[in-house]
Amino acid sequence: MSAALLYALTGALLFSTGLFGLLARRHLLRKIIAINVMASGAFLVLIAAPGPMPDGAADPVPQAMVLTGIVVAVSATALGLGLALRLREKTGRSTLPEDHPR
Amino acid sequence: MESSAWAAWSVALPLAAAAVAIGGWRAGRVAAYLTAIIAPVLAFGTLRAVQEAGPLRHPLGGWGAPLGIELHVDGLSALMLAATAVVGAATTLYAGAYFNRTTGRWFWLVWLLLWTSLNGVFVSDDVFNLYVMLELLGLSAVALVALAATRDATVAAMRYFLVSMAGSLLFLLGIALLYARYGTLSLTLLGLVAEPDAASLLALSVMTLGMMAKTAIFPLHAWLPPAHASAPTPASAVLSGLVVKASFYVLLRLWLQVFGVSGGGFEAALLVLGALGAGAVLWGSVLALRQRTIKLLIAYSTVAQLGYLFILFPLIAVAGPWAETAWQGGVYQVVSHACAKASMFLAAGSMVKAVGADRLPALAGIGHRLPISFTAFGIGGLSLVGMPPSGGFIAKWLLLSAALGSGNWIWALVLVLGSLLAAGYVFLVLRHAFEWSPEATRPTHPVPRRMEAAALLLALVALGLGFVAAPPLDLLGPLPGAP
Repeated sequence: MSAALLYALTGALLFSTGLFGLLARRHLLRKIIAINVMASGAFLVLIAAPGPMPDGAADPVPQAMVLTGIVVAVSATALGLGLALRLREKTGRSTLPEDHPR
Repeated sequence: MESSAWAAWSVALPLAAAAVAIGGWRAGRVAAYLTAIIAPVLAFGTLRAVQEAGPLRHPLGGWGAPLGIELHVDGLSALMLAATAVVGAATTLYAGAYFNRTTGRWFWLVWLLLWTSLNGVFVSDDVFNLYVMLELLGLSAVALVALAATRDATVAAMRYFLVSMAGSLLFLLGIALLYARYGTLSLTLLGLVAEPDAASLLALSVMTLGMMAKTAIFPLHAWLPPAHASAPTPASAVLSGLVVKASFYVLLRLWLQVFGVSGGGFEAALLVLGALGAGAVLWGSVLALRQRTIKLLIAYSTVAQLGYLFILFPLIAVAGPWAETAWQGGVYQVVSHACAKASMFLAAGSMVKAVGADRLPALAGIGHRLPISFTAFGIGGLSLVGMPPSGGFIAKWLLLSAALGSGNWIWALVLVLGSLLAAGYVFLVLRHAFEWSPEATRPTHPVPRRMEAAALLLALVALGLGFVAAPPLDLLGPLPGAP
């Protein structure tokens, strides 16, 4: 198994684990961490996806994408944590109330 | 100005204004008003440039693809930029009177960032730029909902955040798969080389799932009504009118431009998308009929109206000229629903402000007290139902002709049922508004004239789209990827 394929499969596994966590866990902190796990999974798949480069040089494009992606993920996490804190202030809980369409 | 720079300015303008808006309420309001004046000029300049010279391409800073960032504006992008500019300008006018220094402290900054990212989505020519713009769009949309600061809005914003993040990350995973397979991010280049092999179809599936969650298509719609209903009214208008259309626009790019699905081979998948659309039209309308507060009713109607967009997918797979009719109808639905729905939300916000309550019975007699807002709501409603003359009529007429012309009467049935149900929920509001009740004699809170004017302006645009359909449809051009 090539290194790239190993990265890609690990990435896919991480992504799925994160998606499962996002759907299955109720605590908001866990959900936000699950989103970060998903992002890391997507980053690993990106790193494993080099374009056609001459003599084994590293393709800079996926690395630039991952750097940008990390910045986005950090900002999103900050917003998510801020919202979770406010939700705790308003409702006294760290989970979403499971309401149904009225 | 070099004609291709229009695209760059349409992103740079609201971004610069957002930087000014960090300075506070007054600075933000001035910056937003200036944007509201200049953005429509830029958008119509772009429309004219595309009309004269065809699609525009602009390498940012002289660095083109594959290393730099290239912007691309074709007829579809130009129409989306124009719709954004018109809805954005009217919403800005409204928001200037809706908020005050305290409640609107952060509104201008977040709203201008949202405007930047909308335009960014519409001019991007590579999938990674699309991802970044979609994330900026999602985060600023969530922040706009959270600005309402009520318990309901906080819960809705949190749920919106989780769905939006899951959607963008699925899109990012798809980008990784596409890059691994083709070594390019450019939508144009991908359109030339993409083949329906296993890796590409996996990428298309995860990206589609992500964008469907962000577009709130049935059955992934549950997050939308509470978020759009509990947001501050100017935010509701842009969220329902524009934000959900951005992810639909990305779907159009992926399915039509990159994978050229109208050329055949995707019939089963397109049927599934159409079936989800039909589900959205019917279920969204039924739920809208059951609502007892005006903003939730309008939000459920958004779920239903988004369904029409997905009925476009099975209709473009038919042979012959009907595919192009469906394409025109689908895009016209995007543009006319943007104006009509934003106008309805703005008018509803004025009515709620006037009576100080959002229950439908509380609106009794509002037609006499706020005739301008009431008219705006009525015209927007006509467009939603698809009654002539209105943009919604042209859109639904084109879709209906395509469905009947190609012998797909089942989709025609859904379209007609959707219009009947829409008439039901629009008249549910109008009935209360005409009704006389003891509550109608209560003193009315004053509603600034600018708020009423903004809603009426958008309603008149929605109406006008029914009279001047030919130029925008010509500009849109042929169905991408058609054989």
